[in-house]
Amino acid sequence: MSTLKNIAKAVLPFAVLSGLVQFLSAGDILNPYWVQIFQLACVVAISALGLNLIYGFTGLFSLGHAAFYGVGAYTAALLTKLYVGAYGDEAFLATGAVFLGSLLAGGVAAAFLAFLVGLPTLRLTSDYLGIATLGFGVIMKVVFDNADSLVPSLGGARGMTGIPRLTGVPWAVAALVAAVLVIRNLVHSSYGRALIAIREDEIAAAAIGIDTFRYKVIGFTAGCAFAGVAGGLYAHLYTFLHPSTFDFLKSFDVLMIVVLGGLGNLTGTLVASFAWVFLLEGMRVALPPEYIEFRWVLIPLLLIVTMLVRPRGLFGIREFPLLRSRVYR
Amino acid sequence: MYALIALGYTMVYGIVRLINFAHGDVFMVGAFIAFYSIENLHLPLPGVFALAAGGSAFLAVIIERAAYRPLRNAPKIAALITAIGVSLFLEYFTALHQVFGPNYYAFPRPFQVVSLEIGGITFTSIQGIILLATLASLGALQYVVHRTKVGRGMRAVSHDLVTAGLMGVNVNAVISFTFGLGAALAGVGGVLYGIAYPQINTFMGVMPGLKAFTAAVLGGIGSIPGAVLGALIMGLTETMTTAYLSSTYRDGIAFVLLIAVLLWKPTGILGVARTEKV
Repeated sequence: MSTLKNIAKAVLPFAVLSGLVQFLSAGDILNPYWVQIFQLACVVAISALGLNLIYGFTGLFSLGHAAFYGVGAYTAALLTKLYVGAYGDEAFLATGAVFLGSLLAGGVAAAFLAFLVGLPTLRLTSDYLGIATLGFGVIMKVVFDNADSLVPSLGGARGMTGIPRLTGVPWAVAALVAAVLVIRNLVHSSYGRALIAIREDEIAAAAIGIDTFRYKVIGFTAGCAFAGVAGGLYAHLYTFLHPSTFDFLKSFDVLMIVVLGGLGNLTGTLVASFAWVFLLEGMRVALPPEYIEFRWVLIPLLLIVTMLVRPRGLFGIREFPLLRSRVYR
Repeated sequence: MYALIALGYTMVYGIVRLINFAHGDVFMVGAFIAFYSIENLHLPLPGVFALAAGGSAFLAVIIERAAYRPLRNAPKIAALITAIGVSLFLEYFTALHQVFGPNYYAFPRPFQVVSLEIGGITFTSIQGIILLATLASLGALQYVVHRTKVGRGMRAVSHDLVTAGLMGVNVNAVISFTFGLGAALAGVGGVLYGIAYPQINTFMGVMPGLKAFTAAVLGGIGSIPGAVLGALIMGLTETMTTAYLSSTYRDGIAFVLLIAVLLWKPTGILGVARTEKV
């Protein structure tokens, strides 16, 4: 019973939020652009939660997150496109089963790749792991750029087009809720405690009998799976994919969100993702057109000032009540 | 040329364990200072080098002072994020119309290009200048690090920051000096880049910066000969890839190489493995 109550408590705020956005957009109060931005914020939040699991909880310094995001996006988009091309069954497509399948496949593809990449590279430590994953990000960008020589419909450097628009507010919010719940429960399980132990002190963790390498691979793979799902949502939100969306600079964006929110802090990641996306887009509206380039001048300044004032992230170790652990408060 | 930028990374990392992402952009600023000093001030080549190196060094010292020093005792990631922030700020701030502008500029050739041949090897005067300038900078760097008082300070701080401070080394001054010296080398690198590929814009520092950092890691970060060796391997691989495979794979192949080397020797070719103390 308490499990049901907990789930209800977790889902409720998102359901309210989702309903509100739906209502506002239906009543023409919120224009479609902002609804789209809201969905983008959900997508970014899922991806950032994944990176928080990798870096915030397990302490693995990954600079290649956008590559896994891209793998998920391309996999999901390709599958949906293949399905539409082969059957074109609009009615079945509308039920969402195909979309769900594509999203999961995107997540699985990203996770499988993360597993393959993780097996050798996770033996590296701290900054070396960072540079290896950064390198992997650059390699994947090259792969995306040249993908059309193998599978023409992937588009390569010209970008992939013709992806059906399937992501909607309910999808985005549902995926975000699922991501939050899964990560929250994972982090507060015995697996999560093992991951945190590795972050705190790898040698001590090994000494108390944790198979550190195995858990590092688990953490990395799981985090990348979330990136893959987020990528799939992104692909079906904007219906266009371009390799430059997934280059290593985008990995930095996600990293900044996670660090701004506070490492190992789910609340912070959620708030920072939404703040980040809305700030970026809000400035596009708020600034007069001739000063539009100032966006990217102000954001880094804001970033630097935040880091100087709050080096442990906006939220430090404080969490929303829902996301707290019940084991050690 | 990668060597010059890689040296800056490796020095800063060796001393404060910080990946200074803004380094590639300091390199860009160096190229722009050179551009304006040739276009508007009509300085001779040595003057251009001096001004670019000095300007870059000045900029880096300011960055260190304003953004990195307050975070020295904070978690390492805070400094890293700040470095990314500084990097983005430099790129986009200089891309404003009021500053350098977002367009590409044609870098003026300060001298005639001639082909020379020595012992059967043909090379242009540009390649000659790059080689000479790189070697001269390396020589100067080796001298500073191993023969001067401040160089001894640098090596001491790199070994153990706190103890060096207790022994009377002015840690802040040494770190500032390291940032300045690294940036001066990047500035020289920027001028050379402008001469070799006569087109500059404010985002040009991103890829060379990243590759130089990779080169530094490849050779073993924190080691000066390692940085040079890494840069040489990196440059050769890229040229070979472009020549024998396809230029679209050029950016990827360097990183494949990097990952391969890291798996074989996790601290880089000339890196020293540190045993972890419990």
